[in-house]
Amino acid sequence: MSPRVTTPSEDFLRGVWRENPVLVQLLGLCPALAVTNTVANSLAMGIATFFVLTGSSLLVSLLKSWIPKEVRISAYILIIATFVTMADMLLAALVPDIHKALGAFIALIVVNCMILGRQEAFASKRPVGRALLDAFGTGLGFIVALFMMGTVREVLGNGSFLGVPLFGDAFEPWIIMILPPGGFFTLGLLLLVFAWWEERKDVPVHPRHWPHGVTVTVDAGGPGGSPAGAGVNAPRSD
Amino acid sequence: MGELLWIFVSAMLVNNFTLVLFLGLCPFLGVSAKVGTAVRMGAANVFVLVITSLTASFLNAFVLVHAPYLRLISFIVVIASLVQIVEMAIKKLSPTLFRELGIFLPLITTNCAILGLAIFQTNRGYGALEGLFFALGAGAGLTLALSLMASIRERVELSDVPAVARNMGLVLVLAGTLSLAFMGFAGLFTS
Repeated sequence: MSPRVTTPSEDFLRGVWRENPVLVQLLGLCPALAVTNTVANSLAMGIATFFVLTGSSLLVSLLKSWIPKEVRISAYILIIATFVTMADMLLAALVPDIHKALGAFIALIVVNCMILGRQEAFASKRPVGRALLDAFGTGLGFIVALFMMGTVREVLGNGSFLGVPLFGDAFEPWIIMILPPGGFFTLGLLLLVFAWWEERKDVPVHPRHWPHGVTVTVDAGGPGGSPAGAGVNAPRSD
Repeated sequence: MGELLWIFVSAMLVNNFTLVLFLGLCPFLGVSAKVGTAVRMGAANVFVLVITSLTASFLNAFVLVHAPYLRLISFIVVIASLVQIVEMAIKKLSPTLFRELGIFLPLITTNCAILGLAIFQTNRGYGALEGLFFALGAGAGLTLALSLMASIRERVELSDVPAVARNMGLVLVLAGTLSLAFMGFAGLFTS
């Protein structure tokens, strides 16, 4: 399967909205649900993931001809883990409060399926420039999704935005939104709204295969028919 | 003994890995369509969690005291290789069990619950025995959440759901409701 020819702007924009990693592909859900209880935490998590994704895509794309095919997944994980360790130390040094709030979830960026998925489906097959564009786009899409989740949850759950109170004293915060169930509800409702929107446009909601296999499937172009692979070689509906 | 029991129940119900800490969401949403598969997935997870916990205790006690900054990298590498070895061993010793677990066994390596367990165990300073109970509790919690979710989804399959909700949105809202129910366990311990 030869990769479909894409323009640079497509490589960049695809990840931001049409194939948004969280809202469309449902990748990287653990951090998207766990740390989005405030806008500040969401942004820190988004930026840390952006950094790790960009760094790993750059390195994987540079090293692609030296990494043997049989051990490539382990090699990608090692590269990702290196950048995560760097991000962890940087956050601890620059914003200790947020570092404490995010806790173990910074280390868990390593097993974010989205990052490994982009390495396997894109960075390992494309030139450095395109791999970087794709990483910027996908990383930005992740930040956008986390920002939306964080905004909904902080505004409803705490009545504030970035710590600034929005409503008067009469507002009773919906505590549940900053607790774990609120994460599930927020993402569920966002997905329902998007599905409704897609349906209104009379475009069929495209099938969403569960993409967990992205991390281990070995055939070229990602798992057959799954959204992660769709970015590389499937015709698009637009 | 009381302490160990506390760790077990806390990991299983109060801080349920999937519904409260959001770890291991991929299998939770991915293979929770049928009860049978969900229970097998849970069992496979318990198995890998226990191995991971023992390995992490060993690494923490003997290797990582000298180089703590290598923790993340060594955890992920050791866990991945260990699961690979276990997979080969099972394939050789019991082909039936191997077929039962199927693709789930290798997939578990990249499940954030596994790495999460190793990291939480380290952060809380658990020893080998405490870690073992923590892993058992976490595994039991995962299995519980998976089979509950699968039972609900089997019912949803049979009901008349609006077309808009026939994707992950509905599943997530259901998960939220389950999570809400699990919040009730927070009052189980007062200490």
